[in-house]
Amino acid sequence: MDDADEVFKALADGSRRMLLDRLNAHDGQTLTELCAHLHMSRQAVTHHLTALEAANLVVTTWRGREKLHFLNPVPLQEIYDRWIRKFERSRLRAMRALKRRLEEPRSA
Amino acid sequence: MYVIYIAASADTVWKALLDGEFTRQYWERDNVSDWAPGSSWEHRRIDGGRDPAILGEVLEASPPHRLVITWAEPSDRMRRDRHSRVTFDIEPVADMVRLTITHDDLEPGSDMERKISQGWPRVLSSLKSLLETGRPLKTWAGR
Repeated sequence: MDDADEVFKALADGSRRMLLDRLNAHDGQTLTELCAHLHMSRQAVTHHLTALEAANLVVTTWRGREKLHFLNPVPLQEIYDRWIRKFERSRLRAMRALKRRLEEPRSA
Repeated sequence: MYVIYIAASADTVWKALLDGEFTRQYWERDNVSDWAPGSSWEHRRIDGGRDPAILGEVLEASPPHRLVITWAEPSDRMRRDRHSRVTFDIEPVADMVRLTITHDDLEPGSDMERKISQGWPRVLSSLKSLLETGRPLKTWAGR
């Protein structure tokens, strides 16, 4: 499967997006910390974290006996570069053309 | 932590991080140093200007797998307590490498923390594009 497929698949789930939000608010959490205040079983959170890790959106590192989870925003940047930037370009062109047309009468 | 997989050799990625000829293309900055532990390094703007954008010291260099440097604003050159630390780890994975950047010792909520968290994803995405397709991205467009 393509890398981008993994990222879109991982993002196509509200619980997984919420886990990314929680890491964005506080990076480097253990599984126990991530499970706190969540209406989700530990198994469900583990399952979602596995999908996020497969998509490289979450990376882990060991600190002593604790496994810490970190948000990796790089794949989101790649999606932005590949799928959003180029559409922004055409939007900006359209806005420039509109600006030119609106300003023409004044300069004429 | 910032992690990217790049279809290139560890040697190529190592060179791309250190060599101004490469960094100029995907980072739009020159990285200048002899990269020996204890040496200083500078991150210079390519549009001229005498002052470096970022500077620091090389703490560890184990080509082509691990580079550790300090990272500071030029105004904090002498304030070692305000230097953050960047670790580059390059590990071969199948026919690719996994490049991990760990930027720690940052002051929480600081301007620097905000800047680097927006900067590293752009730099890595552009580096991957350059090494895999020969074309960097417009790294800082729309910032």
